[in-house]
Amino acid sequence: MGSYLGKRLLHFAWIMLAVSFLTFLLSYLSPGDAAMKKLNAQGIAVSEEVLEKTRENMGLNRPFIVQYGDWALHALRFDLGTSYKDGFSVSEKLVKGLKNTAMLTMSAILLALLISLPLAVLCALKKDSWMDHLIRLLSFIGNSLPNFLISVLLIYYLCVKAKLLPVVANQSLRGLILPCMALAIPICSRFIRQIRAELLEQLSKPYVTGARARGVKGRYVLWNVLHNASISILTIVGLSIGMLLGGSVVIETIFRWPGLGKLAMDAITNRDYPVIQGFVLFTSAIYVVVNLITDVSYRLIDPRLREREDK
Amino acid sequence: MKKKHSSVSHVRIRLWIFLILAGLLVLLSLLASLLCPNDPYATSSAVMNHAPSAQFPMGTDRYGRCICSRVLMGARTSIFSAMALVASTFVIGTLLGILAGWFGGVVDTIIMRVADAFLAFPQMVLAIAVAGILGGGMFNAMLAMGITGWTLYARLARAEVLSLKKEPYVQAAKLTGCSSCSIMFNTLLPNMFGPLIVNATTQIGVMMIGIAGLSFLGIGVTEPQAEWGSMINLSRSYIQLAPWAVLAPAGATIVTVMIFNYLGDCVRDYLDVEVTE
Repeated sequence: MGSYLGKRLLHFAWIMLAVSFLTFLLSYLSPGDAAMKKLNAQGIAVSEEVLEKTRENMGLNRPFIVQYGDWALHALRFDLGTSYKDGFSVSEKLVKGLKNTAMLTMSAILLALLISLPLAVLCALKKDSWMDHLIRLLSFIGNSLPNFLISVLLIYYLCVKAKLLPVVANQSLRGLILPCMALAIPICSRFIRQIRAELLEQLSKPYVTGARARGVKGRYVLWNVLHNASISILTIVGLSIGMLLGGSVVIETIFRWPGLGKLAMDAITNRDYPVIQGFVLFTSAIYVVVNLITDVSYRLIDPRLREREDK
Repeated sequence: MKKKHSSVSHVRIRLWIFLILAGLLVLLSLLASLLCPNDPYATSSAVMNHAPSAQFPMGTDRYGRCICSRVLMGARTSIFSAMALVASTFVIGTLLGILAGWFGGVVDTIIMRVADAFLAFPQMVLAIAVAGILGGGMFNAMLAMGITGWTLYARLARAEVLSLKKEPYVQAAKLTGCSSCSIMFNTLLPNMFGPLIVNATTQIGVMMIGIAGLSFLGIGVTEPQAEWGSMINLSRSYIQLAPWAVLAPAGATIVTVMIFNYLGDCVRDYLDVEVTE
């Protein structure tokens, strides 16, 4: 386990180095001059003299690798520079956005699990029944819907037609309902498919046949099956974080939810490069860390995997 | 392990049905300019937000453009950008994967570590950032989606090569003095097509959703070019006045993505290979 953890951490360090480099490269290669963009974002009239001075202040005259090194060292201390637009610290903006995005994504995961787990169990227990087919068809449809489409359709049918909810979401619980649903539906469809497959695999194992032959009641068997499937379900949830982070950009923009995604889209509109850079680095770090935790906890919970590793 | 749910002939029939449906969609998009009832780019202040009628089968948008014609032209944009994207990432990824698997060593390490780095970004997050920084346009949107897309094929191709390397016929080819190049493309490639093709087919729907999403955000295909995502974005603020302007491209997106996703499932069942999610 120790050597495994060491290997993973080394890999993690490499990945974060590579991610930071690519992220930096992203805005370095972007068309146009950074000093010009900063002045434009702040609405300052550009003259040759001002431009030269800004360039000097921003350190743009240094070689590329020095600029990257400087930026990476600051990023390591979670100092991601200041916004071109309003001069506020990027990391502060990100942390503020993260709180709202976390609230949205967590409730979406919760909602998705609440819906998909019972349905997946139903599908697995009544395999090939009409209910199984119906639920799988619905999950197939849900998986084919882009989340911006779900949002627009939800707004149209629930807000405009049925007048159940306000169109513009505020931070209240009522405001959370629509973005949460829009984010949860594709995830939910994915969960149903994956959890169903996992449960079916567990149900085909000898311990289930054995327990049933001994006359163990159905719900005890189910309990055992769920218990054994829990690690895989944990992984399935962990792996959905990438989809959630990408999806939240779209959803937050549509519903004006002040999270990381909306921050990023606003930054893109304003050509506010430090914020875009910070957003990409920050979300990728979250993504990589969640994957790492999922992977490590998988091994912590399941001793068989550890043994295989040691051999 | 996945069990087969239905008999082989059943699977084959389903595959044919969806191949034909997908073929029809491609044909429809090829012939789009002939089928358009009106000019998809002609604006008119006289027919803004008109409901579906004989002249405009799906109504008009807020610039008075024919929705039906725009949906048809949008099919071309969506289907071809997705297919071109899948094809190019497939070729690049497979090539790199084969090189990594066959040569091993430094080549393998470099290619796969770079792939790892791109996999560390959530796909849509990087795509949004790249497309946002490069500014709109179909090519930039495709580039943004493809920048992480190739890793899937590279990893798959590499894994396939590693397992095929041990096969006697590959060893035989090597002993008879075939060049590396000949082995990679004449011996290995045809034997690993199954899993690659299945994954490529399932990716068409994913890429379609991705490009539509970028266009919806205004950083993909931009106005006035007809594209479903940007059409939905443009018309959503007028949804109370002209719901058809949203529902028509929405319906087209749903049907098209579902057909291609279902085709992916059918190909998977037919060739009986697992799909990496």
